[in-house]
Amino acid sequence: MPSRRVLITGLSTYWGGRLAKALESDPRVEVIVGVDNEEPSVELERTEYVKVGTQHALLRRVVQAAEIDTVVDTRLVIDSATTSSRKAHENNVIGTMNILAACSGADSCVRKLVFKSSTHFYGSEQDDPAFFDETMGRPHPPQTPIERDILEAESAVAEFTDTSPRATVTILRFANVLGPDVRTSHTRMFALPAVPMILGFDPRYQFVHEDDVVHALEHVTQRALPGVFNVAADGVLALSEVAGLLGKPYAPVLPPWGTGVAVSALRRLGLGIPPEMLAQLRFGRGVDNRRLKAAGFVYGRTSREAVIALGEHMRLHPLLRSGAEPYRYEREVEEFLRRSPNVRSGGVEEMAAGLSLEQVGELRRLLAAYDSARTVDEERGDGEIGEQPTAPVQHYDALTAAEVIPLLGSLERDDLLALRDYESGRRERRTVLAAIDGALSRRDASERPPAA
Amino acid sequence: MAEPVRTPLSSRERRSPNRGAQSRLAVLADEDLRNHLPAVEPARTLTDWGRSERVEGIMDRTLVEFLYRYWFRAEVEGIANVPSAGGALLVSNHSGALPPDATMIGKAIREEHPRPRPLNITVEHFFKGYPGFSTLLPKIGCVAAHPANVHRLLYDEEQLVLVFPEGRKGTEKLYKDRYRLRRFGRGGFVEAAMRARVPIVPVCVVGAEEASPVFAQLGLLRRLTGLLYVPLTPTFPHLGPLGMLGYLPAKFKLRFLEPISFDDPEAHSDKGLVQSTAHEVRARIQESLFEMVSKRESVWLG
Repeated sequence: MPSRRVLITGLSTYWGGRLAKALESDPRVEVIVGVDNEEPSVELERTEYVKVGTQHALLRRVVQAAEIDTVVDTRLVIDSATTSSRKAHENNVIGTMNILAACSGADSCVRKLVFKSSTHFYGSEQDDPAFFDETMGRPHPPQTPIERDILEAESAVAEFTDTSPRATVTILRFANVLGPDVRTSHTRMFALPAVPMILGFDPRYQFVHEDDVVHALEHVTQRALPGVFNVAADGVLALSEVAGLLGKPYAPVLPPWGTGVAVSALRRLGLGIPPEMLAQLRFGRGVDNRRLKAAGFVYGRTSREAVIALGEHMRLHPLLRSGAEPYRYEREVEEFLRRSPNVRSGGVEEMAAGLSLEQVGELRRLLAAYDSARTVDEERGDGEIGEQPTAPVQHYDALTAAEVIPLLGSLERDDLLALRDYESGRRERRTVLAAIDGALSRRDASERPPAA
Repeated sequence: MAEPVRTPLSSRERRSPNRGAQSRLAVLADEDLRNHLPAVEPARTLTDWGRSERVEGIMDRTLVEFLYRYWFRAEVEGIANVPSAGGALLVSNHSGALPPDATMIGKAIREEHPRPRPLNITVEHFFKGYPGFSTLLPKIGCVAAHPANVHRLLYDEEQLVLVFPEGRKGTEKLYKDRYRLRRFGRGGFVEAAMRARVPIVPVCVVGAEEASPVFAQLGLLRRLTGLLYVPLTPTFPHLGPLGMLGYLPAKFKLRFLEPISFDDPEAHSDKGLVQSTAHEVRARIQESLFEMVSKRESVWLG
C-alpha cells in the first residue's frame, strides 16, 4: 500500500525537514503534515506545519482529522549533548507513547509507522559481537539515560506492532550520521584539530551519510517493509583510520583508567563527550547492514566515502561561512502562499513540484484555459465561475486525480463544496473526495479559533 | 588467547531480550544475506574486522618469521587437510603464558599451504577491554570469540577460523600438566561449525608447552593488574612485560588432522550429537599429541 497522506513528527529536526522536502517531490503523496514544537528550519513547499507540545498529546486529533495513513517518527533524541536528559526523556519516552496512542485504536486510519531509532540500541560493550544484526539485543542493560530511553521507546513500538496487526511497522536503527549539514557530538569531535582517543584503544566505527539517512527513510515510507533494519554504510573503520581520512592526527589523550574524570575535566574546557559516545570511543560498534540491502536499498556512500565527504566539507567550510541567510519560518507568509486565492504564478511552481515535464505543460495549458474562461465570464458579468452549474474548475473532467488534488488548496470553501457535489455525482474518485474533505476540514480548522 | 568462559560459541546467546520485537518485527531473519556482503574497498588497508595488512605484514616479516624459522624451527605435517576454499574451523590444543601456538599455526598456513589464506584467531572478550591489546590484537587477525563473529566468518565470509576450546583452562594449566587436554568447553565450537556447515580440522601443536612453561599462577599480581592471569615463567614477571615474549627455543611440531565434515544442516540442534562430536575431536587431538610426544627424541632438537 503506497503512502498518500503522511504525517512527519519532528519536522523541525534536521531529519524531519529533509524527509518532508524529499516527499514533497513525490506526486503519489497527497498530503504531508509535519508536527513539532518548534518551527521548521527548512523551506517547505506544500507541507502543512502544525505546532504541538513536546509530549504530542493532541496528535490523535490531527491524525484523525487529516486521515493520515502513514506516520514517520523522526523525532527521537539520540545524542544527549543536544538537550537535557529530562527533556530527552520527555520527548523519547512520553512523546513516543503519545504518538503510538495516536496511531492505535480499532478505527485508526494509520496503516504504516516508520520509527527512526539508533544503533545506540545495541550499546558498546566489551563482549559485543563485531557485527550486530537486527535480531540481537544488547548483552548488558544500558548504563546511560539516552540508551535507556531508546530501549524503552523501541519496546513501546514493538508492543504497538503486536497489538495493531493492520499497521506495517518499520524501525530503522541508524549508525552514527556524518555529513556537511548534520551536527552531532561526533562531527564536533572530528572538527577538532586532532581526533581524541582513549589510550590503548582503537574502536571500530561505522557511519552513514546524511543523504543515505533521508533516502532510507523515503525508501521504507514508499514500500511495505515490516521489521527492524540497521542503516549503516558498508565498511567499518578504525578510529585511527578515520583520523587519517580526515587528514588529522589522532591524540590518545584520554587515559584508559579514570576516563570519566578526564572527560568531566574536558567538559569544563568546553569539549563535551556524552556518556554514550564514551562507550563507543572505548569499544566501538559495527552492525550488519545487509537486511536493508536485501530489501532493495542501495547506499550512496560507504563509511569511508562519508568520512572523506565530511573532511572535504570541513576544509571548505571556513571559506563558505558567510554564505546564504538561514531559512526562517514565517507563518503569515506561508499561509498566504498556501491559502490565498490571489497566489497564481507562484502557485504553478508549487503545484508543479514533483510532476513530470509533460504534466507541468498540461497543467499550464489548463490554467491558461481556466484564466481565459474566467475573463470571458467576467466580461459577460456572470461573476465567479464557482457559481456555474458545472464544476468550479474549468476543464475539470480532463484532469486526473493527481492534478486535481494540488489545486484544492487554492479553492474557496463554497467552491470546494460545489466540487464535492460535482465529483460525487459523476466520477466518484475516492482519492479526490477524501482530498476535498481534507481540504474542507483544514479550512474549517483554520477559520475556527484553535481549541484550547 | 583463549576461547571465553563467559561466551560459549553456541547460539544460545543470540537471543534478544526484546521478544516482542522478534515475533513480528524480524521476519527476514533466516534469509540468506551472503550476496549482500560489503564489497572490498581497495584503498583501505584495514578490513571491517579491523585487521591491518600493514601491521600484520610487518609482524610477519620480523618477529613471526624469526620465531617460526629460527627459534622454534617449526615442522608441519598434513597441511593439505586445511581446505583451499570455503570456511573451516581449526581446533587446536592450547598452552603457554602468552601463547605462541596461534601465530605459528597462522604462519604455517601462510608458508606451507599451496593456497595461503588468512587465519582468524578467536580470543577472549577480555582483550577488547584491555588497553593496548584492544588496539593490537584485531590488527593481527584476532577476533572476539562470539558465536555471531564465528558464524559470520565461517558461513558468510567463508574464512578459516582457529579456536581453542580449552580456553583459559588451557593457558592457566601448569607445566606438570603439559599435553593433557582440559575439558573442551561445552561443545559450542562444534555447534558453530555445524551451523555454518563447515568442516572441523583438528590441529596438534607440540613444543608450545616447553617454549613458555608456566610454573605457577600469581593470584595477587593478577588481581592488582586486572589481567586474566599472571603466570610465573622463566622470564616473567621478573624481566618486565617483555618477559612475556621470552620463549625457550623448543622445537615446534604442528600436525593438521583429517577434517571432520557434517552433512546434516540441522545437526547443530542435536545436543547429543554436538557433545559426542566434541568428545571425538578432543580424543583425536589427545591421541595424536601423545603419539607425537612419544616419538619426540629431544625437546629442543625434535
